[in-house]
Amino acid sequence: MSVRWKNSTLAGWGRFAATHARVARPERQSELDRVLSDTSASLIARGAGKAYGDAAQNGAANVANMQRLDRLLAFDAATGVLECEAGVTFRTLLDAFVPKGFVPPVSPGTAFATVGGALAADVHGKNHDRHGSFGDHVLWFDLLCADGQTRRVSPDSHSDLFAATIGGMGLTGIVRRLAFRLLPGTGHVRVETQRIADLDAFFAAFEAARANATFSVGWIDALARGAKLGRGVFETAEFAPAASVAPVAKTLPIPLDLPPFALSRLSVGAFNEFYWRRAPAQKRASSRPLDAFFYPLDRLADWNRLYGKRGFFQFQSVVPDATAFAATRKMLEAVSAAGTASFLAVLKTLGGPGRGLLSFPLRGVTLALDVPNAPGATALMAELERLALEAGGRIYLAKDALQAPASLRAGYPHLAAFEETLLRWDPQRRFASDLSRRLRIGEATP
Amino acid sequence: MKSAWLILGASSAIARAFARRVAASGADILLVARDGEDANTLAADFVLRGSPSCKAIGFDGDVAAAFRDFAQGAVPNVFLAFGSMPAQSEIDADPAALAQTLDVNFASPVALLHRLMPVLEAAPGGAIVALGSVAGDRGRLKNYVYGAAKAGLHAYLQGLRARGVRSGVQVVTVKPGFVDTAMTWGLPGMFLVAAPDAIAASCLAAVAKKRDTIYAPFFWWGIMTIIRHIPERIFKKLNI
Ligand SMILES: Cc1cc2nc3c(=O)[nH]c(=O)nc-3n(C[C@H](O)[C@H](O)[C@H](O)COP(=O)(O)OP(=O)(O)OC[C@H]3O[C@@H](n4cnc5c(N)ncnc54)[C@H](O)[C@@H]3O)c2cc1C
Ligand SMILES: NC(=O)c1ccc[n+]([C@@H]2O[C@H](COP(=O)([O-])OP(=O)(O)OC[C@H]3O[C@@H](n4cnc5c(N)ncnc54)[C@H](OP(=O)(O)O)[C@@H]3O)[C@@H](O)[C@H]2O)c1
Repeated sequence: MSVRWKNSTLAGWGRFAATHARVARPERQSELDRVLSDTSASLIARGAGKAYGDAAQNGAANVANMQRLDRLLAFDAATGVLECEAGVTFRTLLDAFVPKGFVPPVSPGTAFATVGGALAADVHGKNHDRHGSFGDHVLWFDLLCADGQTRRVSPDSHSDLFAATIGGMGLTGIVRRLAFRLLPGTGHVRVETQRIADLDAFFAAFEAARANATFSVGWIDALARGAKLGRGVFETAEFAPAASVAPVAKTLPIPLDLPPFALSRLSVGAFNEFYWRRAPAQKRASSRPLDAFFYPLDRLADWNRLYGKRGFFQFQSVVPDATAFAATRKMLEAVSAAGTASFLAVLKTLGGPGRGLLSFPLRGVTLALDVPNAPGATALMAELERLALEAGGRIYLAKDALQAPASLRAGYPHLAAFEETLLRWDPQRRFASDLSRRLRIGEATP
Repeated sequence: MKSAWLILGASSAIARAFARRVAASGADILLVARDGEDANTLAADFVLRGSPSCKAIGFDGDVAAAFRDFAQGAVPNVFLAFGSMPAQSEIDADPAALAQTLDVNFASPVALLHRLMPVLEAAPGGAIVALGSVAGDRGRLKNYVYGAAKAGLHAYLQGLRARGVRSGVQVVTVKPGFVDTAMTWGLPGMFLVAAPDAIAASCLAAVAKKRDTIYAPFFWWGIMTIIRHIPERIFKKLNI
């Protein structure tokens, strides 16, 4: 049977810089082999397309949509180890395993993401200090390599491919199946919510939470200036049996059911103000279903459309602990000075490096915020990038749409080792994406 | 009493979505598919999503007998999903493709359902849910062999339903519009394409509500009502 390709226009979640490609969508494993052999042009895997930038698109070439390879294969309740296909979503993990007392070890902020995408971006959740990133829980995966062979890759077998594929943004090949450990957990968390007055208070709250909270996350009003700079809402959470904490009348869901009002500085500023005021001044506990805690934004389907046809960028950097405070302050100043309509920014601590050569995490503080694609946006993005790099940080590839190749090289010290691995396993560069071309990955002159 | 579902053509994306829903409700599932490797993968998936017992077999053996044995102690139900829709041009060029289209969409389903009906009648209360197509509502220039086969299937299901009324077996004819599966992937001219799971949900709702025939999604009823009412002297000249 021949492969049927669909001509498609693809962009990331930020809806910026769409390109045209041929897309195959295998419904079974045997079809995936044919997808690679059916073309001599380059190919990239695409999961749910939740990366914000250009990682899962491949203009004028080919894309393999992995969403239909979404079968659960085996689960061992004694060890928590799950084997499944790469297109399984976090939504499925919650639906199928919370009733069995297990949760994903790490979850990004959207349940629509696939585990293949989570492996390829080595995603982190709100529990990075405690549990690391997704790749830390992976035992092995089956990788379709450029030579058409599928290899079972683990830390002990093809360890170079293991390190390059975790966080490798699909550039080493296509993950068909993987095994990773689920963690014991429940369907509810007990959340402690607290209003934070400024950036100093934020860093103090994180420092205290880091050692003992399972989950922690901060929401910053990115438009606040002066003495209010860095004000926001801080949450920590622990797993809880469903009914152990009575839900308080007004729980604090993240800003969801917003009317799609014009995203002006004024309206967003007013919203941020409102959100901040709603949070309790003193620490208050409430119970929240796990998915409402993990995926507050999923309740608003296609919320990326709020930003209109021109799309938006998400800036996300991580900066080492030593420089984090000063750098975060400068970045927030840059944002509030630019006055672009940024919703709440997210601040989190990360506990240490991932297992991948291009894994994003390092021990430090990560800041993420949306920047609508309006005049001045790219200048602000460049300034934020500069500030992050200057502080010894790096930009997250799963969010990136704009960073300069030199910033990638400066931020990711193992890039050269990654490129050597690509050269070994994929000398013809069968796997490529708009991102790999934009960042000239593999094009360094030795 | 618990349910057992026989899924004919388990590799279909619509069948996968349907089986996941019945798996989550705790039904036993017997899968029938040509691709054994894929069927075993699906069986593992359905078990992890809640089916207490799920097995895969091929089309070659005695499917009815296998299902009778598998469904002991449960109410037997059948979901008929297999089908194929080659391009009309391919059928025009190749008599084998024509015969195959009639076989896969009409003769084989009828033969199978006819053998299975007694199994369901022996333990009344179950349902047969069969995927027909809006294409069976009217012969069209663009795919009239496939449409004719589906129309034949619809007529067969009507008769089977009348028999089932007397013996305690519900028969549901499902007429999907365009669905986002391998069958339509990359084909030109697709519109209002539904997710397989939306079709699966409609199928289960139809069983619960004791419906006879449904369009899925429901708005295809409106579209097909218009199409069915276009006078033949005009319709025959339309390029659809
Ligand atoms: C609302 C929202 C919140 C988010 N929150 C977080 C967060 O908290 N933490 C975080 O780390 N990230 C977060 N993200 C980013 C997201 O988790 C990552 O971009 C993730 O990679 C998306 O998975 P996906 O299945 O959509 O992959 P895609 O976006 O489709 O692809 C992402 C990358 O993975 C590769 N890939 C996908 N499948 C495979 C495969 N089978 N084999 C090989 N490579 C593959 C692609 O080639 C691409 O490079 C968030 C995104 C959104 C939209
Ligand atoms: N997709 C639509 O828009 C649409 C619209 C209306 C009706 N339908 C009907 O819905 C049903 C399911 O189709 P789908 O959309 O889910 O498409 P699909 O994913 O392509 O599924 C079709 C299934 O039929 C099986 N099949 C084809 N020829 C066969 C044969 N000779 N013997 C045994 N099995 C065979 C295939 O098995 P293999 O895996 O072995 O190939 C496959 O599992 C079909 O009856 C189709 O006519 C679909």
